Amino acid sequence: MNLAISEANGIGTARLEGSLDGKTAPEVREQLRPFLAANSKLILDLTKVDYLSSAGLRLLLLLYRELSGRKGQLVLVGVSEDIRTVMSHTGFLNFFTLANSEAEAKQSLA
Amino acid sequence: MSTATEDRIDFYPTHEADGIRFRRGRPLPFGATIVPNGVNFSVFSSSADSCTLVLFNKHEPRPFAEIEFPREFRIGDVYSMIVFDLDYETLEYGYRFSGPWDPAAGLRFDKTKILSDPYARVLGGRDVWREQPDWNDIYQHRARLSFDDFDWEGDTALEIPTKDLIIYEAHVRGFTADPSSKVSAPGTFAGLREKIPYLKSLGVNCLELLPIYEFDEWENNRRHPETGELLLNYWGYSTVGFFAPKAGYAATGRLGMQVDELKNLIKELHRAGIEVMLDVVFNHTAEGDQRGPYISYRGIDNRTYYILTPEGYYYNFSGCGNTLNCNHPVVRNMVLDCLRYWASEYHIDGFRFDLASILGRDQNGAPLSNPPLLESLAYDPVLSKCKLIAEAWDAGGLYQVGSFPAYGRWAEWNGKYRDSVRKFIKGELGMVGEISNRIQGSPDLYWYRGPTASLNFLTCHDGFTLRDMVSYNGKHNEANGEWNNDGANDNNSWNCGWEGESTDPGVNALRRQQMRNAATLLFLSRGVPMLLMGDEMGHTQGGNNNSYCHDNAVSWLDWRNVEKEKELLRFFTKLLAFRHAHPVLRGNRFFEHRDYVGSGKPDIGFHGTRVGQPDWGGASTVLAYLLCGKHATPQDNDIYIAINMYWDGLPFQVPPASDGKSWRVAINTSMRSPEDIYDSAGGPRVDSAEVIVGGRSIMVLVA
Repeated sequence: MNLAISEANGIGTARLEGSLDGKTAPEVREQLRPFLAANSKLILDLTKVDYLSSAGLRLLLLLYRELSGRKGQLVLVGVSEDIRTVMSHTGFLNFFTLANSEAEAKQSLA
Repeated sequence: MSTATEDRIDFYPTHEADGIRFRRGRPLPFGATIVPNGVNFSVFSSSADSCTLVLFNKHEPRPFAEIEFPREFRIGDVYSMIVFDLDYETLEYGYRFSGPWDPAAGLRFDKTKILSDPYARVLGGRDVWREQPDWNDIYQHRARLSFDDFDWEGDTALEIPTKDLIIYEAHVRGFTADPSSKVSAPGTFAGLREKIPYLKSLGVNCLELLPIYEFDEWENNRRHPETGELLLNYWGYSTVGFFAPKAGYAATGRLGMQVDELKNLIKELHRAGIEVMLDVVFNHTAEGDQRGPYISYRGIDNRTYYILTPEGYYYNFSGCGNTLNCNHPVVRNMVLDCLRYWASEYHIDGFRFDLASILGRDQNGAPLSNPPLLESLAYDPVLSKCKLIAEAWDAGGLYQVGSFPAYGRWAEWNGKYRDSVRKFIKGELGMVGEISNRIQGSPDLYWYRGPTASLNFLTCHDGFTLRDMVSYNGKHNEANGEWNNDGANDNNSWNCGWEGESTDPGVNALRRQQMRNAATLLFLSRGVPMLLMGDEMGHTQGGNNNSYCHDNAVSWLDWRNVEKEKELLRFFTKLLAFRHAHPVLRGNRFFEHRDYVGSGKPDIGFHGTRVGQPDWGGASTVLAYLLCGKHATPQDNDIYIAINMYWDGLPFQVPPASDGKSWRVAINTSMRSPEDIYDSAGGPRVDSAEVIVGGRSIMVLVA
């Protein structure tokens, strides 16, 4: 799992690459911690995530809860059709704002 | 000072073996519980010598570690241990127990077997429905961990008053497995979720699911000797694990996400105002008799979990090889823990207990007058708002319809309702007195309980569908591969003149009329009506009255019938709306046959073809009655129901309506759509003092 975090105009963008599962989710959370401490708008780009496990989905929901608790926002980008289906079946999809591109996500956060 | 949550001594390991770090655990709760930094494993056995925890990585053929519980980790008969550094998502765990092999004494320990946890909340091994298992796997039903952190938002059990329920009995897979369902994930919880709008528009407010605890569809699988069709355990009345949802019913079972998928379904059903009731099977397990497999209970504590003969064999009150020892205090607690878990963790609204009379037998199999398990369930604080419904008989000859120990809480599947209404509809004589009891909620059976103790049904998964009930005189179970010997013989059905599908318009018209008659009686009776999946659209099983093994078109709902049978579906939809619209049909109390509100007429008054002259005689096939709306809460219309099960039409004298109002026709089952049923306030006015009720038909008037 690779994670690249950037920040511009108070909006953070985190690009993930690889599998988000029980092993990598805690690492991602740890790496995002300093950013989340200072910011409340986050774009998670999952375009290069090939596998999202149950623990991965839980990380997304945790981030959502954490941000919305501070009146922040989370937008997901690049959610593949397969992952979207799993999120729909399990109810996770209801919580998230999805965007087709990072640019679109930025617009919705502006 | 740092926070206490990071500082407790017991958050850290004390032991290490095979590179696994662990420490002494907590005996309660049983099962595998995620605790800070680790997982607490706890399991009970009263007669084992020792126990070993066996840890696997998901799908791996061999365990990565086996840790014997040190002596000091056992308290009483409970072995517990906290293991650190585990991947909660990929862990699979089981146990080996060593102890005596002495079958005559009921002891069948075998250390070579790896056993599931009786409290496992997720079970792997049958992750995808009908996918061929690896029969050489040393551990077939693999316990896994559950997060149990679902985000329910504001959801909770609906607590719809029992008197207002309309139950729909459905099979998760059969409901949408057929391609005609056109859902994205056929045969799954997710597929069912896509059909919620259908259930809502039909008007049901409680969905009762055939077993969804983990079972093995491959149990006793075989090929039909002639057709070669693969026959499976499709119904699932054979539990592998009581705490785990059926993985193969989840589109996401392959990913191990069945818990979330089921919870999401329940949450969405609740949003649509539909309760969820589970059909639960606590009378036996999937381990069968002494020839059956070791899954869990047998190898952990055979004498505790099963009722055994003095020679150490299995009593078979369930007809399925063994009998769960429900009134052993430990097993009783397991059942209680299980139901509490489903009520609190899955927001389940009620339970229907398969062969519930077994739950009232003692440890030798004798019926108890005051069964502790049934009493515990009735008074349990967590379950206090859950509906508890018993199938009040078992396969060992105990038949308790009307006498099931109820503690003011238990309702019963009213088998007598089904049998007598079926007989009445097909024109049997001598049924009128009996029928008057059935439509009132069976006060003869439940005088001490009230009408909501009577779960009224004419069909259920077990037996003919409604359409087959009017199309077949006898069962046609050849496709089950048992030479038509299986399934019930006392169907009380009538084929209307031709056995099976017919092209005769007269036969088909009569069948439709008989289906409307059956439905009308069911939904106008006091008590709690239950509808079998597909009856509203004329689902047929081709005369098969025991489709337990058919994972195919015999059982699957054909959604093309929504269009083909749209008139019948319209009738049902309006009939359910009629019941919801009229509180006089649904009461918590029995009728008193007197006027206690000063309306000038009793709460229920019986008539015949002449006002005030019901014919209770042995040759009668006619009954009429008037429900006084002023006795209802809130006040309602008067409803007059004239039932003519004679083959020809008869004139019925109509009693006057209250306050000089006119009667309007609400239902006339002898008419074709759309004149068979009108909106809840009624259709055409009845200006005459007499109406002709057609042969084998029912007319319902409102005023």
